[in-house]
Amino acid sequence: MAGAAAKSTRSPGRGVTEKDAPGAEGARRGDPSGDGAPQGANFTREDELTAYRSMLLIRRFEEKAGQLYGMGFIGGFCHLYIGQEAVVIGMQMAARPGDQVITGYRDHGHMLATGMDPKGVMAELTGRRSGYSKGKGGSMHMFSKEKQFFGGHGIVGAQVPLGTGIAFANRYRDNGAVTLTYFGDGAANQGQVYESFNMAELWKLPVVYVIENNRYAMGTAVTRASAQTDFSKRGASFNIPGEQVDGMDVRAVRAAGERAITFARDGKGPYILEMQTYRYRGHSMSDPAKYRSKEEVQKMREERDCIEMVRKRLLESWKMPEEELKTIDAKVREIVNEAAEFAQHDPEPEPAELWTHVLL
Amino acid sequence: MPRKTMVEAIRDGMDVMMERDDNVVIFGEDVGYFGGVFRATQGLQAKYGKSRCFDTPISELGIVGAAIGMAAYGLRPCVEVQFADYMYPAYDQIVSEAARLRYRSNGDFTCPLVVRMPTGGGISGGQTHSQSPEALFTHVSGLKTVVPSNPKDAKGLLIASIEDPDPVIFLEPKRLYNGPFDGHHDRPITPWSKHELGEVPEGHYRVPLGQAVIRREGAALTVLAYGTMVYVAMAAAAETGVDAEIIDLRSLLPLDLEAIVASVRKTGRCVIVHEATLTSGFGAELSALVQENCFFELEAPVRRVTGWDTPYPHAQEWDYFPGPERVGRAFLEVVSGDQ
Repeated sequence: MAGAAAKSTRSPGRGVTEKDAPGAEGARRGDPSGDGAPQGANFTREDELTAYRSMLLIRRFEEKAGQLYGMGFIGGFCHLYIGQEAVVIGMQMAARPGDQVITGYRDHGHMLATGMDPKGVMAELTGRRSGYSKGKGGSMHMFSKEKQFFGGHGIVGAQVPLGTGIAFANRYRDNGAVTLTYFGDGAANQGQVYESFNMAELWKLPVVYVIENNRYAMGTAVTRASAQTDFSKRGASFNIPGEQVDGMDVRAVRAAGERAITFARDGKGPYILEMQTYRYRGHSMSDPAKYRSKEEVQKMREERDCIEMVRKRLLESWKMPEEELKTIDAKVREIVNEAAEFAQHDPEPEPAELWTHVLL
Repeated sequence: MPRKTMVEAIRDGMDVMMERDDNVVIFGEDVGYFGGVFRATQGLQAKYGKSRCFDTPISELGIVGAAIGMAAYGLRPCVEVQFADYMYPAYDQIVSEAARLRYRSNGDFTCPLVVRMPTGGGISGGQTHSQSPEALFTHVSGLKTVVPSNPKDAKGLLIASIEDPDPVIFLEPKRLYNGPFDGHHDRPITPWSKHELGEVPEGHYRVPLGQAVIRREGAALTVLAYGTMVYVAMAAAAETGVDAEIIDLRSLLPLDLEAIVASVRKTGRCVIVHEATLTSGFGAELSALVQENCFFELEAPVRRVTGWDTPYPHAQEWDYFPGPERVGRAFLEVVSGDQ
């Protein structure tokens, strides 16, 4: 763990969601397996189930998107989140309604995590009328005011100043909300990230910068592109605290998320979480991923898969009958299939749609 | 003569220049080990080593800014911005530094820099992977802007650009990388291996900046085009039967005004086509120049056919793209005087 100095100044955070408010059902907390649980994790059976269901939805959705892409229903760019699901789900479990989310182009998971409708997301991927942006945006550009999701942004790093600005608005309105600003290890080298860091700390903005370090910026490994590969230290010169987090363990993510969000919500300023994660698929659909070995990917899938870890705990530690998990699996598949069906048959936008929402 | 794709020809151009001149260095995002997302730099790191062909962080401002420093010192950096749409963080460096170095140092320093950028749409890239920002460069004094339309020109123009003492923005229409795309997206593309302009001479040669070329001779109207639109215009001429004279500008700045004026004086009519948006696009400049230089020979108003004044859509790409049907309709209207 990095950022130890910063961490030592406060105790491991307790829950901030209503459900997990301090004192609430304290007895149901605790790591049933007795080992391996990250500090402050306190995952209940219900938490495990929530995480399992939510991560599985993203996994199956992305697999389906990959299939539809292969069948020609989705054109252009499509960046799958498979492998990284624990990051956004753990963070979302730590956040509370009203907190905003903004991210880059690998955004389908974030949208599903904020509760956006899988049908609307899939229909945007296929460029249809009922897509969240009516086909104007595509895979990388979707939004939902209702879910406080500020987009999908196609330009690497460009969302970071925006997330900082949203946090400014939170402070200005004094609404108690925190902005979760996601970006990758690649984006972390863009200059605008550091301009944002400076302002965020200068004005003590309620923002958590979630750096999803999946080890590869497109085809370039972190070590070939970054002088400082400990991204939790990237805010050090601005005095922004940071932590490295096991981003494959949803419990660790939620625990760190709670610490960071509480810090930001308490008016102490920005916080950086480096999520150490991994993407199983290529950067986009056209990436053969020759810059890493198959063994490396296989090893991560077999030993560190975020969904398998939860599944194993549910079966072994929580003694959940496999049948119950199969019921969840089936339900998730049904939601995804429905979304895919919808996205293939929804009509294309009217020609006049080309001219809406633009100054002419 | 060997036939190459446009990507191979561009790679060949860099290869030739790296071989000839130690000052040529190539870098950008995913350019070294990975060989570039469009594979334009594949094999160059293996051949010339990591100090001459290398990966950078995702930092367009840093890439271009560092390249300007190198160029000022006497290197000849040829950098890649992965998509022209990613150029904006670097725009300040391009405009305020690269373009101005010669002027503000009273000629003491120059900036022999090439910035390669894949440009244009047609690959469902949507608003952040499809733009054609050429007018943002032609509007800046001190920059040269080049748009090749085929492998043979691409190599020769790139070599001329690398050898140029001043900064050159080299826009590569990505839809032309594999073949002469004519806008018929629902038909299979002809590969460069079956096109004579896929014949790329070996070794060193230049295509000078500022020399347009007539791709199709004709008497009925003059078409000013560059990049992908050259083939769209060719298709439109073939499909409408309008005897269009199609000029491939190849470089926008310097501009071959002489060739343009000679053709419009001959035909009396002019259609300008580009994929970029209409308002303040490069077509506006061309239109003004034609009007200023050929006013008394013009028999019809100059007509522009371009992308609409909207962001590049994801789903309605082919409604946005000025394809052969829209271009052909303009030809017929301009020729008939029915506008």
